Amino acid sequence: MADASFGFSTLQMGELAIGKHVHYILSVEKKKDSFESVVMDHLRMNGAYWGLTTLDLLGKLDSVNADEVLSWIMACQHESGGFSGNIGHDPHILYTLSAVQVLALFNKLDVLDIDKVATYITGLQNEDGSFSGDMWGEVDTRFSYIAICCLSILRCLDKINVEKAVSYILSCKNLDGGFGCTPGGESHAGQIFCCVGALAITGSLHHVDKDLLGWWLCERQVKSGGLNGRPEKLPDVCYSWWVLSSLIMIDRVHWIDKEKLVKFILDCQDLENGGISDRPDDAVDVFHTYFGVAGLSLLEYPGLKAVDPAYALPVDVVNRIFFGR
Amino acid sequence: MESSEDDGGEPLSRLAEWRDVTPLPQDDGPNPVAPIAYKEEFRETMDYFRAIYKADERSPRALRLTRRAIHLNPGNYTVWHFRRLVLEALNSDLDEELDFIQRIANSNSKNYQLWHHRRWVVERLGTNARVKELHLIKSILSLDAKNYHAWSHRQWVLQALGGWEDELDYCQQLLEEDIFNNSAWNQRYFVVTRSPLLGGLTAMRASEVRYTVEAILANPNNECPWRYLRGLYKDDIESLVNNHEISSVCLKVINTKSDYIFALKMLLDLVCYGLQPCQEFRDAVVALWTSDSRPLDPDLATAICGILEHVDSMRASYWIWRKNKLPVAA
Repeated sequence: MADASFGFSTLQMGELAIGKHVHYILSVEKKKDSFESVVMDHLRMNGAYWGLTTLDLLGKLDSVNADEVLSWIMACQHESGGFSGNIGHDPHILYTLSAVQVLALFNKLDVLDIDKVATYITGLQNEDGSFSGDMWGEVDTRFSYIAICCLSILRCLDKINVEKAVSYILSCKNLDGGFGCTPGGESHAGQIFCCVGALAITGSLHHVDKDLLGWWLCERQVKSGGLNGRPEKLPDVCYSWWVLSSLIMIDRVHWIDKEKLVKFILDCQDLENGGISDRPDDAVDVFHTYFGVAGLSLLEYPGLKAVDPAYALPVDVVNRIFFGR
Repeated sequence: MESSEDDGGEPLSRLAEWRDVTPLPQDDGPNPVAPIAYKEEFRETMDYFRAIYKADERSPRALRLTRRAIHLNPGNYTVWHFRRLVLEALNSDLDEELDFIQRIANSNSKNYQLWHHRRWVVERLGTNARVKELHLIKSILSLDAKNYHAWSHRQWVLQALGGWEDELDYCQQLLEEDIFNNSAWNQRYFVVTRSPLLGGLTAMRASEVRYTVEAILANPNNECPWRYLRGLYKDDIESLVNNHEISSVCLKVINTKSDYIFALKMLLDLVCYGLQPCQEFRDAVVALWTSDSRPLDPDLATAICGILEHVDSMRASYWIWRKNKLPVAA
């Protein structure tokens, strides 16, 4: 893959090194003996989603061979309808969403037996409305979001008990307006994104105290301009997504200092080798590269495609799903 | 029975025990996107694991193999799954399993699979495991007192197995070590509202307010106790407004003229809820305003918003919005 086609030149401080990040993503899976490649094996499906969505936001999805990706994804689907993190692994709701999202990126949702996937997900809903991650029963509001987001993309949200799903999510609402992983769990920006996203998709945002939560969320911005995920913790680029998308969904994003956040994200870039890290000068990874780019998209940084805050997919992909039939 | 010694790391292909197994290489699918390059030991272990997994061999050596694979990559959820199947098939000693998890927990304390596996084991052991469990979580929290997984697990243990007796004291201890620990404040709230041994929120409120006010005075810039204070009153706004201790701590902090942002915010909220502040409050707020060019608005709430817009400029939009939402003064 020729680097010259990406045309990067000397960059000033404070610019998004698009070419470098594209190069980084394309090369990351080929890195020999890196710790990252070793630990990424079982969650390759997530990695595919982070990497490919980033490429799409940067306008470079055509840099990969869609057929190869798609045949690998389908090889990860199990009898149960769920998808695993990689070939030879067990299915899990986490990888099922990523698989569906990647298929959506390539406009290939039609290769799916939708009923099969829906059956897998509906089978994971519990009596109290919560969702388990897989047959082993771990419960977390992350899985509520995943189930709702996935079935919504597949246009069959009515297959789960939406009312109970919503009431379980609301039982995880705390007095600071935020949400935790289970009832009583500490409010955490990642869990908040999941709960607010799920409520947005199911048309239930009126249950959220937007002013109260909005203030909690905008208080995540620290002096450096970055965002943390809980009070008195360090900022991390991934919260540029979790916090920001939540603020947008409840229409309170103007409460943070956008310029300072943009600067923080840009400072987390590795301008030499590409990629974005959790905070300045740390090692980069695909996860933070995605959330940094997606965060910048939410902040309307020039040159990026718009991203949908609830579905975490490019807006044109979401429009195609719901309006482009 | 599984050996309790940690695996020596000897290549499996050299061990007599594994001679009958043909290791299965990673199948990256019909057209691999990009075959992942693995470290040799990892590759070999996973090749053998795949063979055992495919054959669904639930044997003692399979159990040992999953231990080895977990050591190499504790994020691999499929290995944890299979380990559970083997543990069940062998009817293994689950207390020993807890010891195994404990040994790798320190270096993998943020691993979802580890915590979920632990819960699965403890569910099977029942209340007998309670003391050991609460103790383990404490040791993890002593390394990272804000570990979200550990706290989530702890809440589950308390609700499923009990052990509430010392929990409030534990929160106290953690807060003494770090008064800024939001997780400990959250746990405190959890205990106060859910412990079957305490009287519930309303009964505990007075003592909790006193505790929180002390914490605020020690560090008025600490976000946590301010939120906790508000949380103690849930929907009982009237009691919040009528408790002089609360408006009083706001005044005290504002009078120090330092670290007063949260105090001002609380005062603003109280006024919006119906507090009728006396002159002392107005004087204290006015004393904060150092600009000669612009006079402070005569309305207290508006004045507070004006100050906050200036001193908490990162959130200026929020304070302007608060100001615009204020009822127009008669």
